[in-house]
Amino acid sequence: MSESPAKPTAITGAEIFVRCLQEEGVDIVFGYPGGAVLHIYDALYRQDKVAHILVRHEQGAVHAAEGYAKSSNKCGVALVTSGPGATNAVTGIADAYMDSVPLVVFSGQVPTNMIGNDAFQEVDTVGITRPCVKHNFLVKDVADLATTIKKAFYVATTGRPGPVVVDIPKDVTAQTCVFEYPQQIKMRSYNPTTRGHGGQIRKALELILSAKKPILYTGGGIILGQASGALTEFARKLGYPITNTLMGLGGFPASDPQFLGMLGMHGTYEANMAMHYTDVLIAIGARFDDRVTGNIEKFCPYAKIVHIDVDPASISKNVKVDVPIVGQVEPVLREMIRELESMKQEPDQEALAAWWKQIEEWRAKDCLKFDHESPIIKPQMVVQKLWELTGGDAIVTSDVGQHQMWAAQFYRFDKPNRWINSGGLGTMGVGLPFAMGAQFAFPDATVACVTGEASIQMCIQELSTCLQYQLPIKIVNLNNRYLGMVRQWQEFFYQGRYAMSYMDALPDFVKLAESYGHVGMRIEQPGDVEGALREALAMKDRLVFLDFITDQTENVYPMIPAGAGQNEMILV
Amino acid sequence: MRHIISLLLENEAGALSRVSGLFSARGYNIESLTVAPTDDPSLSRMTIVTNGSEEIIEQITKQLNKLIDVVRLIDLTLHRHIEREMMMVKIKVAEAAQREEAKRLTDIFRGNIIDVSQDTYVVELTGHGSKLDSFLDALQDFSVMEVVRSGVMGIARGEVALHL
Repeated sequence: MSESPAKPTAITGAEIFVRCLQEEGVDIVFGYPGGAVLHIYDALYRQDKVAHILVRHEQGAVHAAEGYAKSSNKCGVALVTSGPGATNAVTGIADAYMDSVPLVVFSGQVPTNMIGNDAFQEVDTVGITRPCVKHNFLVKDVADLATTIKKAFYVATTGRPGPVVVDIPKDVTAQTCVFEYPQQIKMRSYNPTTRGHGGQIRKALELILSAKKPILYTGGGIILGQASGALTEFARKLGYPITNTLMGLGGFPASDPQFLGMLGMHGTYEANMAMHYTDVLIAIGARFDDRVTGNIEKFCPYAKIVHIDVDPASISKNVKVDVPIVGQVEPVLREMIRELESMKQEPDQEALAAWWKQIEEWRAKDCLKFDHESPIIKPQMVVQKLWELTGGDAIVTSDVGQHQMWAAQFYRFDKPNRWINSGGLGTMGVGLPFAMGAQFAFPDATVACVTGEASIQMCIQELSTCLQYQLPIKIVNLNNRYLGMVRQWQEFFYQGRYAMSYMDALPDFVKLAESYGHVGMRIEQPGDVEGALREALAMKDRLVFLDFITDQTENVYPMIPAGAGQNEMILV
Repeated sequence: MRHIISLLLENEAGALSRVSGLFSARGYNIESLTVAPTDDPSLSRMTIVTNGSEEIIEQITKQLNKLIDVVRLIDLTLHRHIEREMMMVKIKVAEAAQREEAKRLTDIFRGNIIDVSQDTYVVELTGHGSKLDSFLDALQDFSVMEVVRSGVMGIARGEVALHL
């Protein structure tokens, strides 16, 4: 007599949740517990495959998950409770949406029978997050939980990546069901394009090879699409000048002479001038953001434009494009390299030499020069020293403002995924939690958070998380006692009326760091900058908060003022 | 230019608000929007009438296609198509002459009187929006109590079809 097959046992929704994370290969979740997610936390407690990192505020959880994703190219995962847990997470979700970060955020929800009753800690999470997610789900039946989680990871990580929110009512985590994780998912309404159209690729190459004054303009899509290798090969094959957006830094080696630096509002003179006078603009994984284009009416007046992007909605959104190619940038670039090799045609070397001669003249303006002899610490000098002492190989996160621009200008990124900042949403407070996420992804890497005295205070509570998990982050605080970028605009455009931009009543950051159990240093003399950085970098197992007292009057140059074209930069 | 965009979308809670939210978030116009389940109960069909330059319409269709719940989309304006709207009008017809005139106008416009009370008629009329407008113009001498219009729905002529 044969034995009857063992009946598969039903497990709770909370256990299904944990099993799904394990199936997805998630090794770390950033979160904060609360009433609606208690079953889930209990299930996490009873296993040891998925680590949970306890942050001090839900915003920190989502930003840390972003930092983890941006540095490792894996999907970040955050877990928050209902109501305020979810609303605190919204800034991080919106940040991830603007910068296309692959993220799955799980939120607890009140039990299904109480939804809509204004229950304790109830908000309409799906409604609140709808405009700032790639997609979101409310799971109303435990039988749908595993498939929904599978879909969430699939949607978050494919095509143009983005955040996906999964809202799970408490009763769903208590109900039981047999666990079965779908190995593959097909969605009839979601089918992102991968390969580019062959005809369009050939058309683009013909235009690219006909160029007399070409430039490659590449963005965050190169980093997200893991295409920096293909891009570097393509750019070197052509010998064309290349510029990166703020989000694209590290996509092409900054130390390569073909690299013109960052473009845009605080980009280099040579990059912006080359953009203005180019006849063929090759845009790859970039979205023609207003901080890049300046006045759209004056943007690239002489150029035919090729645009490669995985998101068709990014093409011809702000600027009309001549040859669009929809596809993942990596396979498209690989195919372009193959096509290029099989074509007989070569770039016009004579025209290219003349173009490079012109670019070198622009470059000779040395638009990033600053006073190296100043008796007060110049913020640019601090970043430059950080770059030198870390051999350009640290993971650098930043907050938002002047220090962000100086980090982008003076830390020369040769590799992708080393530069982690908030480009689209411009979220102050991201720097420290980004650094935490990156340090968890790469425990042995040097992770530096370049920040300012205003930004750092927006998520300062995470210093406590850093102590709990022994994260040896180096915080480089460029402390000018001002909301520097606001002050700069008030100086330029509001006749020096510094409304609310002075940071009064600052804490003693050294004591603050020490009270959290970290090392604090205050550096006031230019001659002490290098020594302090060396000392901090040598402390491999401690978080060091370096409070640099910098020049209050320093501005970020060069600059394209609002309404101006890329050829109308203000230089120092 | 005026465009009629038809979409098939997952018949799920929240799908409608994803579409309407997209229009308000990005500042696109909605002239009318109708939605109902199709013969396949897992799908809804939505018809949106919108206005905008060619660039805006291109962005609208791209952004709609990007929504995960949108399965298929067609801009009917780019094809030979039929559009229809339905209207119900409640008018005062207290006097015999009014009742006669109302019946005559309804026949001319090939409508139907679908409700009769002591003093009122409800007229049902289907057609192009401009035909419905004309009917309302023709009712100038009547006291119109209530007008309800369905919004536009449309379908392509011939072989072109919006289906899975």
